[in-house]
Amino acid sequence: MDLLGFARGPALKVALAIFCLGVAWRIVGFALLRLRRDLNEPRASILKYLSGGFVAVGSRSWPHKEFIGRTGPGEALGYSYHIGLFAVVLLFTPHIVFLGGLLGVMWPGLPSSLITVISVVTVTLFLAVLFRRVTNPVMRMLSNFDDYFSWFITALVMATGLAATAHIGARYETLLGLHVLSVDVLLVWFPFGKLMHAFYIFPSRAINGALLARKGAIS
Amino acid sequence: MTETEQLTVGEMLLRHGISRRGFIKFCTATASAMALPPWMGSAMAEQLRNAARPSVVYLSFQECTGCFESMTRSFAPTIENLIFNTISLDYSDTLMAASGEAAEAARAKAMQDNFGKYVLVVDGSVPTGAAGAYCTAGGRSAVDTLREAAKGATAIVCVGTCSAFGGIPFADPNPTDAWPVSAIVGDKPIINVSGCPPIPEVITGTLLQFVSTGQVPDLDEHRRPKAFFGNTIHDRCYRRPFYDQGKFAKTFDDEGARNGWCLYELGCKGPTTYNACATLKWNGGTSFPIESGHGCIGCSEPGFWDKGSFYSALSSAAWGKAGEVAPRQILEIAAGTAAVGGVLGAASAGVSRLRQHGSEQQRTDNTP
Repeated sequence: MDLLGFARGPALKVALAIFCLGVAWRIVGFALLRLRRDLNEPRASILKYLSGGFVAVGSRSWPHKEFIGRTGPGEALGYSYHIGLFAVVLLFTPHIVFLGGLLGVMWPGLPSSLITVISVVTVTLFLAVLFRRVTNPVMRMLSNFDDYFSWFITALVMATGLAATAHIGARYETLLGLHVLSVDVLLVWFPFGKLMHAFYIFPSRAINGALLARKGAIS
Repeated sequence: MTETEQLTVGEMLLRHGISRRGFIKFCTATASAMALPPWMGSAMAEQLRNAARPSVVYLSFQECTGCFESMTRSFAPTIENLIFNTISLDYSDTLMAASGEAAEAARAKAMQDNFGKYVLVVDGSVPTGAAGAYCTAGGRSAVDTLREAAKGATAIVCVGTCSAFGGIPFADPNPTDAWPVSAIVGDKPIINVSGCPPIPEVITGTLLQFVSTGQVPDLDEHRRPKAFFGNTIHDRCYRRPFYDQGKFAKTFDDEGARNGWCLYELGCKGPTTYNACATLKWNGGTSFPIESGHGCIGCSEPGFWDKGSFYSALSSAAWGKAGEVAPRQILEIAAGTAAVGGVLGAASAGVSRLRQHGSEQQRTDNTP
């Protein structure tokens, strides 16, 4: 069995199994955590309590006007590379075929040449994000192995994908094998690192928003 | 040795009515196709004209004769065909008039007379199961014949995927315990001209370069001449612009297929297949499988028969056909592991609650 066959065959199956196990573990564990009982009388109706959660998901996804000068550039950078990442993952035809084979549905993709341009821009943004993390003293202090490895494995997937497309460094099938193998590693790491924010980000914002709304605060 | 066998290549070509100009044109075209420098065309012609016709022993083992058919069905009369005729083909059990003991005697004589100089061409995989009994000729197994013939060969040219990589006989479950030539012979230069079958011009071009230069051409990691196997079919495919534009045929009879759009989603293996199909094409440059509306099946790559369905897109090969629900096995793995994960999650939440409860209890107990 060659590298590509291994990467998208047994390695991918094992990675998928670990991914499913890990994600279910983390989500169920998170969902069943006990919340401390709030003995205060609610200051909002149950409707506002619940709607506060939805409002928080939206309001916290956008920089607050008072801090926009300080946090805006960082958030713009974050949004940009996330959008690029989504475009490459979800709108590149070989990826659609892969996901289509898994999910049973297909959707239209973008031209491959456009995806290549988006990939180059996204990789550049990835480098900018890393630069910001290591040059900003506060962020550097807040960062740990999880942050850097999560960045590394995501960037590696992007870089190997680009290298395979451009035939840089090795034969296409070798690069494609490395690309799929890096996806396998990402799938294994995903549930146990900060990449899990993909699942947690909106529920955690909603819960915080709802709890604040219960206390009468506006998210 | 007959008078015909003693003629040089140049003399033989003259006898067939090929002019010097025509011969140089052919050599130049061949050198160009093999990405050799321009001066190599005339050098090749000069070398070939004065070269004695090299002895070639062609052994056919566990194969379907498709490779030989490919070579002999080159559109006649072609200069490639004539060049092939100018090689002293001393043994080929498919083509030669002699049979039985006479044929085997011809092989033995050619190998003895040209020991250390003849080119051994092998077509078909080599079965080793049941002491080689799955493929015998003249009472001898293929593996024994190969070992004997390889001893006196200057080089071995493996024609077709079966001899190069084992091919279909080598595919799972490999009932005859078949192997490629490279697994049996380790001490001779081996040139693999893979394909199921290979392109005729690739076979003759490879032989021609070896005969004219006396050197093994630049080979890739699978011992294939880079001149013909240096690029993927995808990179040279005339449908590549449609891939870049994101235009794909979804079925073999939809509008995309009629418009000649990319066949990636229909399982084309062009992106991972190295061959000259998209440039040299077949039947005198008439067409090639993709041009005829069918995706490449990757027949010139090792293990092509065991790499999933020909009709599954490359990136979905592990899952099944694109657009369909993942195979039951994958869904079972996902559901099963998610269920285990859920149980683990519930257990860890339970442990967390117990700890919280314990610490709260402790605080309560410690309260004065």
